[in-house]
Amino acid sequence: MTNQVNSPAGQHPDADEPAANGTNRTNGTNGTVPDGDPAAVHTPGKSASAKEVRRLDRVIIRFAGDSGDGMQLTGDRFTSETASFGNDLSTLPNFPAEIRAPAGTLPGVSSFQLHFADHDILTPGDAPNVLVAMNPAALKANVGDVPRGAEIIVNTDEFTKRAMAKVGYDVSPLEDGSLDGYRVHEVPLTTLTVEALKEFDVGRKDAGRSKNMFALGLLSWMYNRPTEQTEHFLRTKFAKKPQVAQANIAAYRAGWNFGETTEDFAVSYEVSPATTAFPPGTYRNISGNLALAYGLVAASHQSELPLFLGSYPITPASDVLHELSKHKNFGVRTFQAEDEIAGIGAALGAAFGGALGVTTTSGPGVALKSETIGLAVSLELPLLIVDIQRGGPSTGLPTKTEQADLLQAMYGRNGEAPVPIVAPSTPADCFTAALEAARIALTYRTPVFLLSDGYLANGSEPWRVPEAAELPDLRVQFAQVPNHRLDDGTEAFWPYKRDPQTLARPWAVPGTPGLEHRIGGIEKQDGTGNISYDPANHDLMVRTRQAKVDGIDVPDIEADDPDGRAKTLVLGWGSTYGPVTAAVRRLRRDGQHIAQAHLRHLNPFPSNLGAVLRRYERVIIPEMNLGQLATLVRAEFLVDAHSYTQVNGMPFKAEQLATALKEASTDD
Amino acid sequence: MTETTPESRQSEALSLVPKAEAAQSMKDFKSDQEVRWCPGCGDYAVLAAVQGFMPQLGLAKENIVFVSGIGCSSRFPYYMNTYGMHSIHGRAPAIATGLASTRRDLSVWVVTGDGDALSIGGNHLIHALRRNVNLKILLFNNRIYGLTKGQYSPTSETGKITKSTPMGSLDSPFNPVSLALGAEASFVARTVDSDRKHLTSTLQAAADHHGTALVEIYQNCNIFNDGAFEVLKDKQQAQEAVIRVEHGEQIRFGAPGEDGLGSKGVVRDPATGDLRVVDVAEEGTDALVVHDAHADSPTTAFALSRLADPETLHRTPIGVLRDVRRPVYDTDMNTQLEAAVENHGKGDLGALLAGNDTWTVAG
Repeated sequence: MTNQVNSPAGQHPDADEPAANGTNRTNGTNGTVPDGDPAAVHTPGKSASAKEVRRLDRVIIRFAGDSGDGMQLTGDRFTSETASFGNDLSTLPNFPAEIRAPAGTLPGVSSFQLHFADHDILTPGDAPNVLVAMNPAALKANVGDVPRGAEIIVNTDEFTKRAMAKVGYDVSPLEDGSLDGYRVHEVPLTTLTVEALKEFDVGRKDAGRSKNMFALGLLSWMYNRPTEQTEHFLRTKFAKKPQVAQANIAAYRAGWNFGETTEDFAVSYEVSPATTAFPPGTYRNISGNLALAYGLVAASHQSELPLFLGSYPITPASDVLHELSKHKNFGVRTFQAEDEIAGIGAALGAAFGGALGVTTTSGPGVALKSETIGLAVSLELPLLIVDIQRGGPSTGLPTKTEQADLLQAMYGRNGEAPVPIVAPSTPADCFTAALEAARIALTYRTPVFLLSDGYLANGSEPWRVPEAAELPDLRVQFAQVPNHRLDDGTEAFWPYKRDPQTLARPWAVPGTPGLEHRIGGIEKQDGTGNISYDPANHDLMVRTRQAKVDGIDVPDIEADDPDGRAKTLVLGWGSTYGPVTAAVRRLRRDGQHIAQAHLRHLNPFPSNLGAVLRRYERVIIPEMNLGQLATLVRAEFLVDAHSYTQVNGMPFKAEQLATALKEASTDD
Repeated sequence: MTETTPESRQSEALSLVPKAEAAQSMKDFKSDQEVRWCPGCGDYAVLAAVQGFMPQLGLAKENIVFVSGIGCSSRFPYYMNTYGMHSIHGRAPAIATGLASTRRDLSVWVVTGDGDALSIGGNHLIHALRRNVNLKILLFNNRIYGLTKGQYSPTSETGKITKSTPMGSLDSPFNPVSLALGAEASFVARTVDSDRKHLTSTLQAAADHHGTALVEIYQNCNIFNDGAFEVLKDKQQAQEAVIRVEHGEQIRFGAPGEDGLGSKGVVRDPATGDLRVVDVAEEGTDALVVHDAHADSPTTAFALSRLADPETLHRTPIGVLRDVRRPVYDTDMNTQLEAAVENHGKGDLGALLAGNDTWTVAG
């Protein structure tokens, strides 16, 4: 499920949560309980402690605590252990915009959800099988997502009267029977951690802070995760403070041992490696922003152009800036500008000089960059605009996901200013999408939007590391000599004399003798590039710029329609790929015929899109906005697409989406 | 800070820019485009000065780039037979920063105006100055908006009556030199469009400076603000109005005194530390301030800039007010890239993509 390029759902093996036909499952679980109790089979215990070990095909864990409790780190570590174990996985970090929201409050809750399986999975999962709640706020904020029968591990130390009152618990939820349907493990995590660290020269408060590592150790025991890596990680992270490293490792081991010895945890679980889900190769776990940053470095390498990033810090895009700033030995220049406008301005200036110019931002930053994007359209220089979408409008929801910048990317400029748009579908796909965006920018000499989002940016999944030979050749030819003979026979350089095939103009970089030329945002004469206010010329230039973008070569879209009997097509774009595919699998498992197609290129659309849409009686477009792709599709193809939308800052849940698709596809 | 001579700075500022193979003339720098400023505009004089001065630099003209924003003066690049970009309002310093940071073999010039640089593009200007990127900014100050037909600008005197301020403007003007000094500029100069000789020598000094150079050029808009700088140009009035500063020289101006030099001078007020103007005949020459453009502290340069009356322009300092050596952004950026290669080796894409935590799925 990882590094598919230009591929709709159909290229995936038919497997999901739960799988369509059980081929990928290691047990014969009743598939009608999609996200609840992970059905288990009893296997002979083989743990040294002789505790029972059950085998599961997949598990969803959610760590939740205060934003200062280190839940993201805990989740990352569990993810890393799980990745190296060979499970397929998908993650969903979810945290507040405030760095340290008031402790113990509902707005301050930070969580990390991880779905891992012995087969190919597509989403971070709908509902957790295990919730780790580090305090009353974390319990209250998350228990609603947890199905009855699931396990809840609570840190009882934090369930003081005052802490409970802070989130509106008059009576302790641990005592009032409200958790009766759950398998609750009451664990005094803080006390146990402090106890475990009493040998160390750390104060009670500092010792207590390692409770997340205790929790990690406990969960690592419960799911038989390898531990060596995490211990190595802690040693490296705190290399300069060996005492802290030792304390954290001790807490981690204590958590493991607690699971091993205490009677409260009678069972541990095994989720086998997802050996059949992955084609052969070398794998790693990767988040969307990291994959995107690597994609940019790879694009620089493959184009043999120096990478220049002009950027201004903004959530959730800053990690791309952070990452690229580490790779100066690849010739990567990162420029933290005074504002969003300067970020893109500097990138465009670098592009004029022959660099691969990139700017990274989120929706509010795109709004500020719009005028410069228009200039790039007019200058016809390659430029990548990376928009990691977040909830809007205005400041909106900085740490939550949304897909509501599509129309901004499409139309958010003055004048007729077409810009190609590429959207990755999964975290790992951000790598290939970045290369694809660079290909278009360099080939057609145009700014290109790369529309990722907060869900892809922070989510992670296994990625098959590509071999060098698999990467595209992105080398470009700068103009070297005059390209036009004037009437009097002299040779001249015309900066807007186009390639007849691509309509791209020549890229002549300063330092090339004889090709001195001036370009600007004022309308220019076709060919010469000189200022021109001629009406007919303007009409020609507007239409030519549009024709260039319309003519970009993008792969055809393929509808995944296994038996060819579907009457309904679900069309997605960007990060809805996982949930949409998962939902479609559920419907097919229930005997429904439904087709799926996924768009990577939003501008221009694949040339066969209209034909594909018209093959189906009904087209449903799920989006995390109020129907922006549906609007485009309706306008472009006169197809009466049904829109299914959600803007709650979270990705679609597969089950919910499946229900909605089922209703929409049967409703007349 | 090490004391350096202007000569060593010169070699450093332009050391990476290829030299012209043959002698150049003014004609080489004229593009084939018809110049379309209003007849009588001060921009013509500046264009002629720049085109006339470029051959002195002796640089390969394909390695010279002019980047401008929006406004009358920003049409400048079209008339230079070099590489050029006429960009968008206020953004030229940002665009030029990206270009200069990636291409240290270029001589990058920004052409901007008082509205472009100090109003809509104020943020980019101050940050370019603070960063000290190797680029030269020519700020054409005509104290008015010309291209939009005559609104007051951020350098217009308070109370200015224009189309948008029929009862007079309310805001105080910027003093671009003071602003640049406050923004940590390493090179700040002021000159006047009509003084070709001074303009040329100032351009030369700017070109020699390694880092961002800001040259404010008082430029007459004969349509919307004609005569704005007359007091500095009229020979009689200029004696009192213009304070010419030269590095290493006492600061004197006004009608010639007994020694043939200006009868007025600038001294430091011991009580306030500020500068004030005195009659040399009364005070003698011992206490006169000697202009030190290379002083570490910008304090005296700033005090000098404040001698000018924003309304009348009396006592306006002209010349290079500050020219100091300080780390240059693009040089240091390049040094970091080299250090990264030295410390970690040249980037290995395969190793980067694989990272440290991989597992293998066998076929």
